Amino acid sequence: MKKNYLAKRIIPCLDVKNGEVVKGVKFLSLVKAGDPVTAALEYDRQGGDELVFLDITASHEKRKTIIEIVKKTASKIFIPLTVGGGINSIADIRALLKAGADKISINTSAVKNPKLIKEAARIFGSQCIVVAIDAKRCGKNKWEVYTHGGRNAAGLDAVKWAKKVVALGAGEILLTSMDADGTKKGYDIPLTRAVSESVNVPVIASGGAGNVKHMEEVLKKGKADAVLAASIFHYKTHTVAKVKQQLKRNGILVRMT
Amino acid sequence: MKKKYIAVVDYGMGNLMSVSKAFAGFFPDVRVTNSKRVLNNADAVVLPGVGAFEDAVKNLEKIGIKKNLITNITSGKPFFGICLGLQLLFSRSEENGSFFGLDIIKGTVKRFPRKVELKIPQIGWNKIFIKKNTPLLKGIEEGSFVYFVHSYFGEPLDKSIVCTETVYGVKFASSVCLNNVFASQYHPEKSQRVGLKIIKNFVELIK
Repeated sequence: MKKNYLAKRIIPCLDVKNGEVVKGVKFLSLVKAGDPVTAALEYDRQGGDELVFLDITASHEKRKTIIEIVKKTASKIFIPLTVGGGINSIADIRALLKAGADKISINTSAVKNPKLIKEAARIFGSQCIVVAIDAKRCGKNKWEVYTHGGRNAAGLDAVKWAKKVVALGAGEILLTSMDADGTKKGYDIPLTRAVSESVNVPVIASGGAGNVKHMEEVLKKGKADAVLAASIFHYKTHTVAKVKQQLKRNGILVRMT
Repeated sequence: MKKKYIAVVDYGMGNLMSVSKAFAGFFPDVRVTNSKRVLNNADAVVLPGVGAFEDAVKNLEKIGIKKNLITNITSGKPFFGICLGLQLLFSRSEENGSFFGLDIIKGTVKRFPRKVELKIPQIGWNKIFIKKNTPLLKGIEEGSFVYFVHSYFGEPLDKSIVCTETVYGVKFASSVCLNNVFASQYHPEKSQRVGLKIIKNFVELIK
């Protein structure tokens, strides 16, 4: 008997700023390219296994817009929705979950205040607490954690920090390689593998996806449970469905819709 | 004539927004409630929930709807338990000790075995293999993917109530049905087309 039939997850990510998709989703018409709800619906239709909204809105006043976007999206799509970016408190988490998010992702605030992970997991359950880790290589098989969108070094070892956040109650880890992010040259395989082998919760690999082969590598060699990608899906050349077909051909179990 | 509605039981265990939205897509009147009266007059009951078994039972007792819930389930009206809402139907759970459930289904809620190669909780899309046909699984293909988030699963004594099985290190009952009761360990409200079809099938029962 096979050990399991749990599919590897393909997760499109949308960066949202002041209520608009940043970088745009190029396959949508110009009018709709900036609308996160339209983009979310399209990714759902293509077979995305989950969706992530990363809110990069700087001003505090405008952050309410993400709540409205989540509300609209959650009433239309029925796959898990994760929201990250600028979440600092239990109240922030509660507001997003109430709006219809299934999981929230915390990064800087988790480093600044690790108790937030524990408290959030106790109140809402580990299943909805994702800790995002931005890591940068600082030596052979050593990576350091960064916060504030990659601007500040946190002085923490990424693998040790991953173990700690899981002990505190994180249900999943969203791991971004800052070295690989934006290069389109592939995920950081050693980093992903090091973290995935040291924790017993799922690890979502992020940063560096340029083609389907990269995804295959990080799922196989990097032992990732899921892959997150943004720009690769922004053009019609790599629809989620096409990516999944290719992964399937190469022996990876994915959910075909 | 009384207007028909579905009651979604709100007992402080997680986010009910997506559950109620999913059912509301197929039925005009879906009420999220912790009131006995609303529960008793409902034409169908949905028991969702995520979190710990012990907290869930305590919350049901604190709100004072545990007995009403049992009465409603045994009354014969269509009932849908989701995730923790499936586990609560069992006699007892081994989560963080040993706790008694609603005892609608004889059996125990157990944790996935600790194996190095398995991540716990199981999070993601896994296949369902159909063991028994029920109206709720009408039109659902063998091996369809549905969305799971859980560390525990229910193991019924009576295997004939198992509707679907799923494999994650072990083979477990991913949905069960007993008379008017249907319950799934997976989240139909997060399982896109397949999940919505199951919800639609459920709603057909009360139309």
